[in-house]
Amino acid sequence: MTKIIDFQTDPSKYRHWKIDYDGPVANLYMDVDENGGLFEGYELKLNSYDLGVDIELADIVQRMRFEHPEVKVIVMQSAKDKVFCAGANIRMLGGAAHSHKVNFCKFTNETRNTYEAALADSGQNYICAVKGACAGGGYELALACNHIMLTDDSTSSVALPEVPLLAVLPGTGGLTRVTDKRKVRRDRADVFCSIEEGVKGKRAKEWRLVDEVIPNSKFDETVVARAREMAANSDKVDVAQGIELTPLSRSFTADGITYSTVEVVLNRSAKRATVTIKGPDAAAPADVDALAAQGAEAWILRCARELDDAILHLRNNEKELGLIEFQTQGDPELVIAHEALLLANKDHWLANEILQYWKRVLKRVDMTSRSLVAIVEHGSCFAGPLAELLWAVDRSYMMLEEFDGDNRPLATVTLSDGNFGTYKMGNDLTRLETRFLGTPEDIATLEGLKGQQLEADAADDAGLVTYVYDDIDWEDEVRLFMEERASFSPDAMTGMEANLRFAGPETMETRIFGRLTAWQNWIFQRPNAVGPDGALQRYGTGMRGEYNMERV
Amino acid sequence: MIDLINVSYDTQIPNNVNLSQDKKVLKALEKWHPGYINWWNDLIPQNFQESMVYLRTAVSVDPKGWAKFDYVKMPEYRWGVLLAPAVEDRKIPMGEHYGEPAWQEVPGEYRNMLKRLIVIQGDTEPGSVEQQRFLGLTAPSLYDMRNLFQVNVEEGRHLWAMVYLLQKYFGRDGREEADDLLVRSSGSDDSPRMLGAFNEETPDWLSFFMFTYFTDRDGKMQLESLAQSGFDPLSRTCRFMLTEEAHHMFVGETGVGRTIQATLEAMNKAGITDPYDINKIRDLGVIDLPTIQKKLNLHYTLSLDLFGQEVSTNAANAFNYGIKGRYMEQRIDDDHKLQNDTYAVTSVKDGKIITEDVPALTAINMRLRDDYVRDAAGGVGRWNKQIAKAGIDYEFKMPHEGFHRQIGVFSAVAVDPDGNIMSSDEWHKRKDEWLPTKADGDYIQSLMVPCYEPGKYASWIAAPKVGIDNKPGDFEYVKLHMA
Ligand SMILES: [Fe+2]
Ligand SMILES: [Fe+2]
Repeated sequence: MTKIIDFQTDPSKYRHWKIDYDGPVANLYMDVDENGGLFEGYELKLNSYDLGVDIELADIVQRMRFEHPEVKVIVMQSAKDKVFCAGANIRMLGGAAHSHKVNFCKFTNETRNTYEAALADSGQNYICAVKGACAGGGYELALACNHIMLTDDSTSSVALPEVPLLAVLPGTGGLTRVTDKRKVRRDRADVFCSIEEGVKGKRAKEWRLVDEVIPNSKFDETVVARAREMAANSDKVDVAQGIELTPLSRSFTADGITYSTVEVVLNRSAKRATVTIKGPDAAAPADVDALAAQGAEAWILRCARELDDAILHLRNNEKELGLIEFQTQGDPELVIAHEALLLANKDHWLANEILQYWKRVLKRVDMTSRSLVAIVEHGSCFAGPLAELLWAVDRSYMMLEEFDGDNRPLATVTLSDGNFGTYKMGNDLTRLETRFLGTPEDIATLEGLKGQQLEADAADDAGLVTYVYDDIDWEDEVRLFMEERASFSPDAMTGMEANLRFAGPETMETRIFGRLTAWQNWIFQRPNAVGPDGALQRYGTGMRGEYNMERV
Repeated sequence: MIDLINVSYDTQIPNNVNLSQDKKVLKALEKWHPGYINWWNDLIPQNFQESMVYLRTAVSVDPKGWAKFDYVKMPEYRWGVLLAPAVEDRKIPMGEHYGEPAWQEVPGEYRNMLKRLIVIQGDTEPGSVEQQRFLGLTAPSLYDMRNLFQVNVEEGRHLWAMVYLLQKYFGRDGREEADDLLVRSSGSDDSPRMLGAFNEETPDWLSFFMFTYFTDRDGKMQLESLAQSGFDPLSRTCRFMLTEEAHHMFVGETGVGRTIQATLEAMNKAGITDPYDINKIRDLGVIDLPTIQKKLNLHYTLSLDLFGQEVSTNAANAFNYGIKGRYMEQRIDDDHKLQNDTYAVTSVKDGKIITEDVPALTAINMRLRDDYVRDAAGGVGRWNKQIAKAGIDYEFKMPHEGFHRQIGVFSAVAVDPDGNIMSSDEWHKRKDEWLPTKADGDYIQSLMVPCYEPGKYASWIAAPKVGIDNKPGDFEYVKLHMA
């Protein structure tokens, strides 16, 4: 699987989903095109999905927020008879390289989290109407919705059959949401996750697996009524007009990608990529109306979209590049001004959406399994949302004092209000709170520094960067770090970084990306699942997986 | 008269499973029984419930004398629990457990799969009774009415057989599934029967005959393959059910044959030789052959859908685990494991119907369907002989397996009865040529007038050659209760 995976799409290209917009309610139909798989070698039968199906879903969720802010309730359902969704395509999983499976799961997890949080973040509530078989990844799609309605036709059921059927886990949040979100009693969860056929009817409700069980003859009308009712009770402010998410300006070359605000340079021999973010080249829009008029052209939205795409591209298409280096260029004051407009108008729908989007993009950075480093050079603009990158990465290096022959403004770091609660991590703490977990009192001190352009010494004193080096040491130190990093085992790096990045409390999100994903990825390496005689390989042949019965 | 409240199961249920000693199952069946009787009573019109019907009741599993005939009111029919005699030292006949002793208890790892197969089979049994519930009102003769009720009570007994297995071997889950078998009902919005063909209407007697010929034959094929099961109680149950199923197909084949016979005789008498002279033929009060062909097309294709996806993981698993075999498994000359074999399966690629070899294990459904097609062709050939004998130039054809399909590879394409792929628009434009129209249905319905006089038959159907239990032509097969 060496084909380039593109994460950009738009409604004219959808093959797997259909949407009917009905005022404040959107009906979202899953209707997977069997022959529309991203790769050869499998058919997407029974509404099973692959990464391509999920890329469309992610696009839908994103456009729902920006292009359809009038929508308050989204009803996820199947356009196919007798089946809601059979989950991730097994043949695709069986044929995929380990790295693809892992990236696939990560992206689908991010998409689930994104529409699950759409209610809290954007006032858009995803609910789910289940008719027909809803198994594995299908039920995980439903679990990420905030209200599940199941028809009682004495056949339709919800199920997590991965363990008995495939010897893997329901890894797209399934196990975690059953216990943490739906709060199913653990012994019942144990039963539920061990039976292929799942649970139907009243018991599904009694066990908290769904919210409502509705007689089949009343199902469609009840779903419509429930959606209207929820839309009527929504406290989301009415918005008449969204903005269009126009295609990104993006060009690929042999060793890089150029966006309007992001430049990616691939250094394949050194196994590293440099992502340089260019700050705004003009003043912030005067007010939110001017912002809305700029729409997708506004720097702060454009930059988030381009950075998001760049990260996804690197994750999925440049797997050999183990180190991502973040740089910025521009005027920190302008970055602060563009962010300030949003922070001052948080209750305006578009300002809110852009801030929430930055939160998600920064989480995407947190979740990227590469060594991450920020290089804070002169002329850079690590300010506000871009300063968050300093604490998302594993280490940061900052230029100290003037460099010979470098006339760019001295490197600085600028804190804003945004750094103190707008862009929370998956652990529900800000990056600064996570960074200073042992000295929470430092946060108050940092608040006092807001708006100041902190040069290297001050940034170092405040603990905002790892190392500051002057002209004499800079080049060697940065080079040594990068060479050393490139020499370590990528597996050990991924494991170490993932453990160190998320200090502090567990949340459902960290449990999904930590505990569940780690166990799943372990199982994805084990012969019981993926060996030639393992359950995943044998699925569909009629022969059972052969298991090594030793408990490890 | 049976006391329905305090049924003495020991004496009233013919059984060879030692029910009176099996307190646990007895209790479960006792709990289930009132719901079953309610289901039956709510279903069939009351005056038929009170009528005395000359029925065959299974009383033992001795191949020579397994049934006796007598007048009985249907609700008092003795729904026996009968398993074919145990084969001594029986071995699992296929799959990875080939040659191991057959299981007398359910193996834990296959419990869910076995349960699902039994539930699906069990769900079809009452389904057809529900579909046929009103046909008594338009019976073309007492002979046919009796056959209808015979089929109905035996389907009821088949439900009992499946319920017995669920209650005996599948614990609480099994009991719940047994209850749900009475909750689902044919054509219901709230809880339809599990398989499509059992939610279609059986609006007239020709449909009933086509159904018993084509759809009961699917039942036969399913029972034949479950009779191979390594789970011995299932195997024995299905083997005995097959003896009854044979009669259902007999009712179907002779029913269609007698319908054709009436048409042929009427045409000959009126001097009509053109089978397509439909209006003139219909004026004779019989069903023209092209309309019979349309009915055949409909029921045959609905029945093909019952075989599921051509390539199926579930079917592969069931075979490999020793739960469900092939038709006539023992007579097939291979290793009965199929791990390295292939089987030719039809599929649609780039707009063409092709055949490709796939791993034989995954093609179990396709293979059973192929066996079914061969099996079903026999009666169609005999009908054609009847037509030829009458000197009419007409032949029934089994439509192409891709025609009018909802399940499997052909569900995505529009195929005509000759096997040509066409646009869906074109297909819909022409579908009235191939499938019964509303007008066809209305015409057939107009013929459906009851004929309750012993020895008399409605215009559209000929008398049978031989009576049931060798009874004479004017035998009163049903003593109707007149309310
Ligand atoms: Fe039957
Ligand atoms: Fe039957």
